[in-house]
This record gives sequence, structure tokens and C-alpha cells, in this order.
Amino acid sequence: MVGIVSYGAYVPVHRLGPGTRGWAAPIEKAVASWDEDSLTMAVEAALDAIGKSDRNKIDGAYYASTTSPYREKLVATTLAMATDLRTDILTADITDSLRCGTAALRMAIDTVKAGSAKKLLVTASDRRLGVPGTDSEFADGAAAFIIGDTDVAAELIDSYSISNELLDVWRAEGAKRTRTWEDRYVYEVGVQRVIPEAVEQFLKKSGRNLADMAKVILYAPDTRRHREIAAKLKLKPEQIQNPYFDKIGNTGSAFIPMGLVAALEDAKPGDKIMCIAYGDGADILVLQVTDKIANAKPKWGIKKGLAAKMMVTGMDMYSAWQGIAAGDAERGGGAAASEIARERDYIYRMHGVKCKNCGTIQFPPQRVCTKCHQKDNFEPVRMSDKKAKVFLFVLKYDAPAFTQPSIDTIIDFEGGGRCTIGMADVYLPPKFESKDLIDKDLEMVFRKLGMGGQVHNYYWRCKPLRESTLAAPAAKEAK
Amino acid sequence: MESIKDKVAIIGMGCCKFGENWDKSAEDMMVDAAFEAYQDAGIEAKDIQACWFGTTRLNTAEPCATALKFDYIPVTRVENLCATATDALRNACLGVASGMYDICMAIGVEKLKDQGAGGLGGGGGGMAGGNGTGEMGGGAAMFFARMASRYMYQYGYSYDDFKRVLAKIDVKNHHNGSLNPKAHFQREITEEMAINAPPVAWPLGLYDACGVSDGSACAIVCRADMAKNFRDDYILVKGIGLGVGARQGYLQPTYDMTHMQETVSACTQAYAQAGIKRENAFNEIDLCEVHDCFSITELVIMEDLGFAPRGKAPELIKAGTFELNGKLAVNPDGGLKSFGHPIGASGLRMTYEIYKQMQGKAGPRQRKNPKLGLVHNFGMNPGSGMGAVAIFGQRD
Repeated sequence: MVGIVSYGAYVPVHRLGPGTRGWAAPIEKAVASWDEDSLTMAVEAALDAIGKSDRNKIDGAYYASTTSPYREKLVATTLAMATDLRTDILTADITDSLRCGTAALRMAIDTVKAGSAKKLLVTASDRRLGVPGTDSEFADGAAAFIIGDTDVAAELIDSYSISNELLDVWRAEGAKRTRTWEDRYVYEVGVQRVIPEAVEQFLKKSGRNLADMAKVILYAPDTRRHREIAAKLKLKPEQIQNPYFDKIGNTGSAFIPMGLVAALEDAKPGDKIMCIAYGDGADILVLQVTDKIANAKPKWGIKKGLAAKMMVTGMDMYSAWQGIAAGDAERGGGAAASEIARERDYIYRMHGVKCKNCGTIQFPPQRVCTKCHQKDNFEPVRMSDKKAKVFLFVLKYDAPAFTQPSIDTIIDFEGGGRCTIGMADVYLPPKFESKDLIDKDLEMVFRKLGMGGQVHNYYWRCKPLRESTLAAPAAKEAK
Repeated sequence: MESIKDKVAIIGMGCCKFGENWDKSAEDMMVDAAFEAYQDAGIEAKDIQACWFGTTRLNTAEPCATALKFDYIPVTRVENLCATATDALRNACLGVASGMYDICMAIGVEKLKDQGAGGLGGGGGGMAGGNGTGEMGGGAAMFFARMASRYMYQYGYSYDDFKRVLAKIDVKNHHNGSLNPKAHFQREITEEMAINAPPVAWPLGLYDACGVSDGSACAIVCRADMAKNFRDDYILVKGIGLGVGARQGYLQPTYDMTHMQETVSACTQAYAQAGIKRENAFNEIDLCEVHDCFSITELVIMEDLGFAPRGKAPELIKAGTFELNGKLAVNPDGGLKSFGHPIGASGLRMTYEIYKQMQGKAGPRQRKNPKLGLVHNFGMNPGSGMGAVAIFGQRD
């Protein structure tokens, strides 16, 4: 039996919605902050899916996205480093289509079925930029799955794909923003025709019945088309997985995978779940939930992720974030490639060292122990999943406005180790005291600090626990 | 291990006007400082046998030799960040104390105002170069604001109460600077101005930070036993200490970040050489020039030098202890607050004030017959830096 062993998701904590200056729609959508992109969101979702399981048993990482940070350079390798996987693994990026998330999922299952790997990490994430004025549905997010052949929580029992050549939604080489052909054409000739045709062909071929599906995760670009296609397929209301157009938005290639995560959160053993992805054709996946589903529940997933939120102050701020996330390749002076490579275990894996003689944990790694002064007598220690507390903090007023509040900290890890690090996703009231942040609990997040000389600078930052009111002043209200 | 006490004398000093010296190069300022020192000591350039040249921005010893037209004598460039000038003086003193030379020069210079950027040129950056783990913004203010953040928490100060303590340091140093024609800033400020100034790095504001200036200062040192050949009112080196941190503050969670161990180490060395007991330092020392790059730094230095118990410096500050007419004058010349911080020059500029005070030539800032003075610098950032302490005394 091959299928999903565990799953996770990342709903960006920042939301556009009522309260965001310049946002007119009566809905909310989730958006990546200035220091997030498709890779960093994929890492968040992957860590949610991995949970406390043994990372050394994962034999590969597939990264799916239409918005990879590099045109030429594998991203799955960085994903594997940030999630602290082994290096003797399969890595691949599956890109350039809204269907790449489901394609990666199916490829991962096929890989395990073929015996090339026992366990694989698959992520789907997107941070697409639309053309202003027509991009109100565009949102950001990620989902991740661990695929394997033991302890399977949802088995893939059927799949079907059709390929359909059509320029309806696309982005050309060199362009930053996704464009679409006239919307009536896109809907009528594209998604509204292709999905029902694909479903009809699949049912005919497989002999399956749509009414047997406990949940259907259905792609559509917006609420209205979603309702129309669901009606055309004659789905019952209880069968339709909530597409969260009013809470998250259209997350591109992560849309169906995130819907699948939401469906799995509510699934019961025996349930059949159908995914219908669209983009240059359609992918249909049917999964059957097993009695292992209760053990597969992630810490965050979709529903809890939805509850932790911070409202973006204004569309001007959001606009600045988009510009930064897209990356200013012309900014000079990027980090040195040779230095990043030399220090990759520290930068990407967030490895510190523990002295084998005196036990002192040190970050970043040292060659001579700060305490007992022994040389090269260390073992690596992963700091990224350790709990930490704020030891002190400073607000930096000279940092760009879009990064405010820009906070520098020194933090102390539980069990030893200290580091100087920036703080992400924090809310501070206009008047505060040192005790409002000092000693508060933290988690580590993999983020993009910036870009220069065509180099993306990824590193870790700390943030107040997502469930705390510091990170999400609106969380209480959402509960 | 021998002490340097009473082996080396300062027989001449020079200090140019500090400020935004748009019309002066580093070489111009060195000429101004060196020739004032020659005249003061009654010597000529040819009398200098070796020179230690402090600067962080110029890469070699050559600009110093060229500016002063030395004739192929040993010149060594010294760089130790904010402790550069005091370290240049330390090396010149070691040159004399070793017996290798009779007369040496220590000179420091920094031309910061040719950078085309404010501050030390690092503000707002952080993304460029290195391994890509640096964040945007911060710079020097951030490093020292870390101490203020932790100090408030550790000793239970509210933001408002602590800002008022820091403001008293700002007001004092600007007042002293208003009495000094060589200072960059010669204007008094009020506590309200300091408290309400634009924030730089929370909890520090604009007036908690020192200025950015150009400047140069110079000392001529010689064997103590020959100093009287040059002048009667020479001063004697009593001790010089230097301590460099190994990032203990960033690697060891036990480091409290409310003190600078480098300063403690440097003053322990200097006190031992000078024969001063730490518990007596507050009573024995008449005046101090300390590294007030930020107001919080001066506050913490008062505790590091042993003038106040841990956590108690604010009480002495509020009582006016360190004012010009207080028990122990701290930064009588106006400090980095008024002079700015041309990095390679600052330690020698501080020494210049101690020297002038002991000679009774400090004008409106003159303290009554000071016998013992202390110079302190601290470079880089708390938890990972370099502290230097030099102690000078009047001749017997």
C-alpha cells in the first residue's frame, strides 16, 4: 500500500482583509510576508508534515511550484537542507503548471511504488503575482506530504490525467506577473469545460461513482466558478471541500494540495477523497483513508493555520512586500556563493555544535570550544526545532519601512546555545516595555532575508509562537 | 611580568578641531595634530624614532609616513576598532619601555566624512556580502541598544524611567562639550530633547548616540628619566590594559549582556600596573575619559570600572556624581557625544584632555589639580569586543 503517511500545511499568518487599508473586498486572503517565498513556505509546510518523525528515513524531496526562486538551480536541494534531510536522496523540482502539485504527488507515489525510495517528502507552494486589478484571488500558501509504503494514512487508489494545450493562464520567460486571456474564454473554454470532461472520462474508465466520494477537492479560480463547476458535476454540498476563497484565496499549484490537507484533517477511515486539479489539462487523484489517519494529524495543517493571523496594515505595505519577494536582482553585493556553501550546515540546516568534552552547545559552529577550549571535538546539533526564549531585543528604526517592526534579538535555546537573530511575524503595541518580549517563547522559521547579485539569502529567524497573541493578535477573535 | 608604571612619559600632544572637516583630508588632520605635538614637546619630526599609527579606514602605515615626511623610520599601522588609538599609544609606550627607542609617536586619525553615507556607513545594509545571514538595519546602535534592553529588564526599569537616566548622561556630556572649542558639537541640550529625540535603535534615541566626525590626535612619548629635558609638566603612564573578547557574549548563555568583560579585564590589568585597588578606584581617580559611543555604554562602564556596584550606576548618575563639578568628572571634554567618534583618533583625543587637565590648561573645564586620570575605549559590540584602559598620573 502506497500513499500519504503524514501531511502538513502552511497558511501565511499575514492576511489582507477588513482592517487592511485600501482592501475593499469583504473577504480575507493569506499573503506571504516580505521575507517569505515559495521555498520558505514549502519548508514551513514540510516541517509541519515531518513533525517529530525520523528525518533520516526520508529518501527524497520533490518541490512543486510555479514560482521557484531560481530559473536555473534546484530548489528541492535547499528544501532538503532546511528540513535537515540526508544528502544521499532523490531531489527534483516539478514546476511551471498549476497542476505541478498533484503531478509531484503522483510522481512521488509512483517513485515509492517503483521501489526507488521508501519515503519521500513532497511540497507544493506558490507565491504568484497577478496583474494588479485582476489579482484579488491570488494568494500564497503551501502544503506538504510524506509519501511512503508503511503506516499509510491515505492510499492512492486511482488516478487519471488529461493533457490540454491552451493559453488561458500563463507567464512567459522574464515576466514576473501571471496573465490570463479574456476571462469568459478562460472559464468557458478552459476550466469549466475541461474539468467536467476529465471527470466524465475518468468515471467511465474507472467505473467509479462520484457519489461514493466523501470529499471532492475541486479546482476553480474563484468562488463563483467553483460553485458553477460543482453544480455541473452534481456534487452534494457535504461532498464539497471548502475552497476557502473567503479565508485564504487561490494559492496556485498549492491550492489542491492545501484542500487535500484540509480534507484529511476531517477524514474518517474508509473515506474516499477525490482531488481534481486543473492547468493545461487536469489531474484526478482518488485516495482512500485508512485507520492510520488519526496518527497523521499535523501540529498546524489548514484549520489551525487559519486561526493564527495578523492583518496587514495596508495595501501599500503589501505592495512593498510583493516587490521584495519578487526580488531585486539588480541590488548589488549578494552573499558569497563560496561562503554560503562552506557554511551551509549552519545557514540552511541551522546546525550548531555540542562539545563532546564539556557538553556546551554553541551556535554558530566553532572549531575551538568556547568553554573548555578543546579543538575540533564536536558533534552537530540541530537548533531549528529547539524551543527558545528571548534574552534581549532591539528595534531597528533604520531598516526599511516594509520590514517594521524590525527586531534584532539574542535568544537562548532550551538545553543550551545562544544566537543573535532577527524576529519575524511579531506584533508590538505602540507603547511597550522590555518585559513585553524578553523571556517570551520562540520558534525558528526559515526565511529569505533578501536578495542581491541574483543570490537569494535564506537563513533562519525567530518568531513568537504562532499560537501566542504576540504573533497573532487576531487569533483569539478567530477562535 | 613587569609593570609599565612610571617608565614612560607623555611630553607633547596635539589634537585638531574635530567635526565635519569637509576641507581637510586625513593627511591634513595628521599634520595639524603632529605639528601641535612637536611644538608642545619642543621637538622636530627628526627626533621621532618610531611611530604607531592608528586608523581603521586607511590600510597601511604609508599615509602617515607621507603626511609627516618621516625619513624611513619604523611606522606601524594599528587597527583595533574603537580601541585603535589607545592601542597605538600602548604600542608606542611598549616601544619606549622595551628600551629600543627613546622617543616615539602615537598618532590616530579617521576621515569618516568622505564615505558618502551617514553613521559608520553600515546602516540600512546587512544584505550585502558575507554569508547572507545578516539582516537589514541596525549597525553600531543596535549592538549597544542590546545592553540597554537587557539592563532595563534585569534591573526592573520602565522605558520612561530609564530614558531619563540616559538623558542625564547626554545632557552632561553636551554641557562639557559646549565648553570645548575643539569639540564637534558645542551646544547644550535638555533632558526633554534627549528623551523625545527620534529613535535610532530601541530603546536608544538620537541623543543617546555619539556623532560621526573627522579628527586626529597625537602623543609624543619618551623615557620617563629624560622627560624633564623637554618640560616640567609632563605626565606619566601608570598602566595600560587591553582585553579582547572571544564572542563569549554570543556563545555563552551565562553572559548577562549588562556588562563588558573586556573593559573589566582591561581595567584589572591597568589598575594592577598602576597599583590601584579596584575598590579604591572611585576615590583615587580624579577624572575619566570613557567611551560614551552611546549613553548606555557610559552607564555600564561606570560599573565595569568599579565606580558603582552592578545595577547602581543610575543612582550615581542621577546624583550628578560624574558631572564636571561632581566627585569624579567623566568625559570633562564632552566625550564622544560632543567630539563624535573618528575611530582611530578617539583614544588619543581622550588622552589629550587628561594631559591638558593635569597641566592646568583645560580652560573653563579645568578640574582642581587632578592627579590621576583614566582613558577607556570599547570597540565592536558588547559580548564580543575590545576594551582598553590607560591610566595617567601627574609627575611627582
